[in-house]
Amino acid sequence: MGVDAAIIAGKALFMMLAFVLQVMALGVWFERKVSAVIQDRIGANRASIFGVAAMGIVNTLVADPIKFLLKEDITPANVDRLLHAMAPVLSLVPALLAFAVIPFGDVLVVGDRVINLQPASLNVGLLYVLAMASLSVYGVVLAGWASNNRWSLLGGIRGSAQMISYEIAMGLALIGTVLVYNTLDLQEMARAQGHLLWGWLPAWGVLYQPVAFLIFMTAGVAESKRIPFDLPESESELVAGYFTEYSGAKHLMFMMSDFVEVVLVSALVTVLFFGGWQVPWLFRDGFHLPSGSVVPVASLLVTILQLTAFGLKLIFFTWLQIVIRWTLPRFRYDQLMRLGWQGLLPLALANVVVTALVVLLLERAA
Amino acid sequence: MNPIAFLVLAALTVAAALTVVLHRNPVHSALGLVSTLFLLSVQFVGLDAEMVAVLQIIVYAGAVVVLFLFVIMLLNLGVEVRRTGGPVLVGVAVTGAVALAALLVRGVLGRAPTAVAELPAGFGSTTAIGERLFTAYLVPFELTSLLLLVAVIGAVVLAKKRL
Repeated sequence: MGVDAAIIAGKALFMMLAFVLQVMALGVWFERKVSAVIQDRIGANRASIFGVAAMGIVNTLVADPIKFLLKEDITPANVDRLLHAMAPVLSLVPALLAFAVIPFGDVLVVGDRVINLQPASLNVGLLYVLAMASLSVYGVVLAGWASNNRWSLLGGIRGSAQMISYEIAMGLALIGTVLVYNTLDLQEMARAQGHLLWGWLPAWGVLYQPVAFLIFMTAGVAESKRIPFDLPESESELVAGYFTEYSGAKHLMFMMSDFVEVVLVSALVTVLFFGGWQVPWLFRDGFHLPSGSVVPVASLLVTILQLTAFGLKLIFFTWLQIVIRWTLPRFRYDQLMRLGWQGLLPLALANVVVTALVVLLLERAA
Repeated sequence: MNPIAFLVLAALTVAAALTVVLHRNPVHSALGLVSTLFLLSVQFVGLDAEMVAVLQIIVYAGAVVVLFLFVIMLLNLGVEVRRTGGPVLVGVAVTGAVALAALLVRGVLGRAPTAVAELPAGFGSTTAIGERLFTAYLVPFELTSLLLLVAVIGAVVLAKKRL
């Protein structure tokens, strides 16, 4: 019992420290540097330690967080003090909790103990992620309401409407993947993507559910409230939207939850559509190359390769979301709602019907 | 389920439910409702009903109460003004509450559990619930969807000025 509990705690800790926080930090750095490259600027390069600026890493990951933590934490007059303080926490915690069911590797074999590399193996894994995503709305709504500021309130109302609208398309897109994999457990889904099509093509989910991937990615960007879907904070209209009245560490928490949500969307896209921790042609005993030859690889090395693959995929999709953010202009509010309700929702419904029909016909044929 | 964990959770749930009724600020009441629903879903997890727990969060805590908050914020409701009814009304309410509580206590004490039932394998899992829903409870399930459809059509008719 004690050992099992320690293993679960260790896996959760590893997930946070090795993946979520690292990729989140990289995301912050991408945000500064990629935007600079896109806009033909140099970007963050001022702060340095002993003359080492490390391409802006010192600036974005050392100087900026210290600055945020040391700034005065202002609570404006006439705010609802309790809810004003709770909102950033309610925004960050559900996003972090959702990672509990994300698998980051296949198995780790230690002696005769086989450890499933997923912090918590839940029968309802995917639904649990959706539940946590739906709870993170409260941070936005309460920040908007508790700040006692018109801009914040408008941002909060926009945020709640937007997140509820896109959650529906998101959930319906996921039904397609559930139909294909026949499970809700994310680890089972990642394992189901392990075989090869025609002996050479890794059977990743995006090949089966390309439409669901596009819908999910779009809805995911909308859920994390980023350009082109950043109406809740659109700085040209609402100052900074729902977190206008936040400063210091609380503002940092809102920023963090933004980036944690970006990483969460990356993790879900990776697991659902791009094989999760799967390395192409790598099985538990080694590489099975399309030419037919088998290169044996030690079990521990297989696990390390899988962890690396998962990390690299996370980084890639985080980078992709940041490029999207700095490439597209912001939608108008009616365009945003029209895209969600009249574009993505019918498309997702059609995807569910078509997928269900194909799955049914294939089962009949088999 | 651990009895101490149950008692702590139950006490918290009742406290959260009381804030819904007693708090004068509608936003705080709505938050009390979210807490109640969330704590209930924790209870469901303790009772091996993970699926029900997660659905409870998605549907009620994550969607229904967000809409409540949305409406409260749109209408910009302030702190509620308390009005107390006459002494007769208060008397009736108190009597009713005491009678209801007595009934509940009697009902619970009358049938104290003697043994814990053995759970069938796969209890509370998605597969088990899905199978029951689409075999034994198919007709009620379909009727519920019909009810929701009626509600949606009603909302559209009420909201649209011109159809």
